[in-house]
Amino acid sequence: MTTAFIHPLISFVGKTFVITEFELRKLRHDFTELITRALQPALWLLIFGQVFARSGMMHTGNVPYLDFIAPGILAQSVLFVAIFYGINVIWERDLGIVQKFLVSPTPRAALVLGKGFSAGIRTLSQAIVVYGLSLLLGVRLNWSPLALVNVLAVVVLAATLFSTFSLIIACIVKTRERFMGVGQVLTMPLFFASNAIYPTTIMPVWLKVISHLNPLTYVVDALRTSMLAGSASSFGLGLDYAVILVTTVILVLIGARLYPQLGV
Amino acid sequence: MGPIVEIESLTRRFGVFTAVDSLTITANAGEVFGLLGSNGAGKSTTIKMLTTLLPPTSGEARVGGFSITKEPVEVRRAIGYVPQAVSVDGSLTGYENLLIFAKLYDIPHDEQKARIREQLEFVGLTAEAGRMVGQYSGGMVRRLEIAQATLHRPRVLFLDEPTVGLDPIARDAVWKHLVDLRTNYGTTLFLTTHYLEDAESHCDRIAIMHLGKLAALGTMKELEASLGVGSHTLDEVFVHYAGTTLDSGGTFRDVSAERTTEQRLG
Repeated sequence: MTTAFIHPLISFVGKTFVITEFELRKLRHDFTELITRALQPALWLLIFGQVFARSGMMHTGNVPYLDFIAPGILAQSVLFVAIFYGINVIWERDLGIVQKFLVSPTPRAALVLGKGFSAGIRTLSQAIVVYGLSLLLGVRLNWSPLALVNVLAVVVLAATLFSTFSLIIACIVKTRERFMGVGQVLTMPLFFASNAIYPTTIMPVWLKVISHLNPLTYVVDALRTSMLAGSASSFGLGLDYAVILVTTVILVLIGARLYPQLGV
Repeated sequence: MGPIVEIESLTRRFGVFTAVDSLTITANAGEVFGLLGSNGAGKSTTIKMLTTLLPPTSGEARVGGFSITKEPVEVRRAIGYVPQAVSVDGSLTGYENLLIFAKLYDIPHDEQKARIREQLEFVGLTAEAGRMVGQYSGGMVRRLEIAQATLHRPRVLFLDEPTVGLDPIARDAVWKHLVDLRTNYGTTLFLTTHYLEDAESHCDRIAIMHLGKLAALGTMKELEASLGVGSHTLDEVFVHYAGTTLDSGGTFRDVSAERTTEQRLG
């Protein structure tokens, strides 16, 4: 009766934030996952990063290796957290929660995007962890407010992108066992076929081509550009944002079409 | 009272299997209408089509005057739904579970609090509103689900096996609230059950489904009378029309879903 007459876009945005709000309320009731999640980026930076930095095997130009991988590890931890987000959706389907939401007059795309955003906000904790570790390891960070806003925006968008991708997989496979299998199969190739822990310049041509089709590469590039002091972007922040945004919109539209299948 | 759920030759196939076969039923406004059948008879598939979760293969239905195929959003605004599985979120409080749906159903901001309070009072959960739903008992979960599904005052409430897995006391409490819904708000109840005693004591009319088809339809008295002279129990009526007792049938997923629900609620 109220918002039905207001512009549908306002209603859509409102509903999206309602979904996000309640996903975040759950986090407030139980935030242990935030602590356990901090472990993985710590291992990658403190062990993998330090060992490879000492080996001097990676040629990362005038950027020290630890500086080089800090944004890569942030992108990776965002990917790893977001890509398993779909398991929650399958859990909610096995209960009757998905059905309940689908029977409400909420636009499907708002249900999908709202969940994606909440995953995005959840992964902000990973940014705090990576910044803390970077400070500890002497990574030269860019503290300008604009750079920080860019990092936050890219982290939220990237998590929205990959969690929506995860939701699409959940809609297709529908069971937890199959989902875990597919999730495992996808994360490592996405991670390795990107510029997260080594520059694309040292890749063989075929891998370089794949890495340029991989949205994670643009996420890493955007993070590296914004996070580090004096790091030049490979593609330009504009292109990075464009790729991330367009991919997210396409995935949300696909997700909105597939999500109702979970209600059956 | 006019018709509020009009089902016309509604059919749903899954591959070669016909789950619901040309079903035609009308439920009237203010009625408690029970859909009875063994597992796999097509009850849940019917409810899923009426609640717009599943598109029909053919046929049509109108709920609250709106077509389930052409006006699904209007149908969604007119109905409430309590699925068989647990549909409230255990990681939120009772109050939060209601608040999210108050927002999704566009209940005006300044009315939300009062409406939620009213609903909590109605199902007797006022004192538990701030507790995590994960700590609720089975009966409390079902009552909260009823409060959640009727927050926006739907004209029709669909319930899929509302009392499955509940002990007799919790079952009576749930039924008391369902009956009150009709008395207070004139809500039409359209439910599936395989508890014959539930159907017998609470439903105005009963439809028996068997293998996706409508096998019988009428009031308890009419169904009894249709078997001829003498007194008959609903059990006998059911066996007569469905050719089987209630326990047989159902897929692995049906049985597993039901057991999980029982476990969670019990």
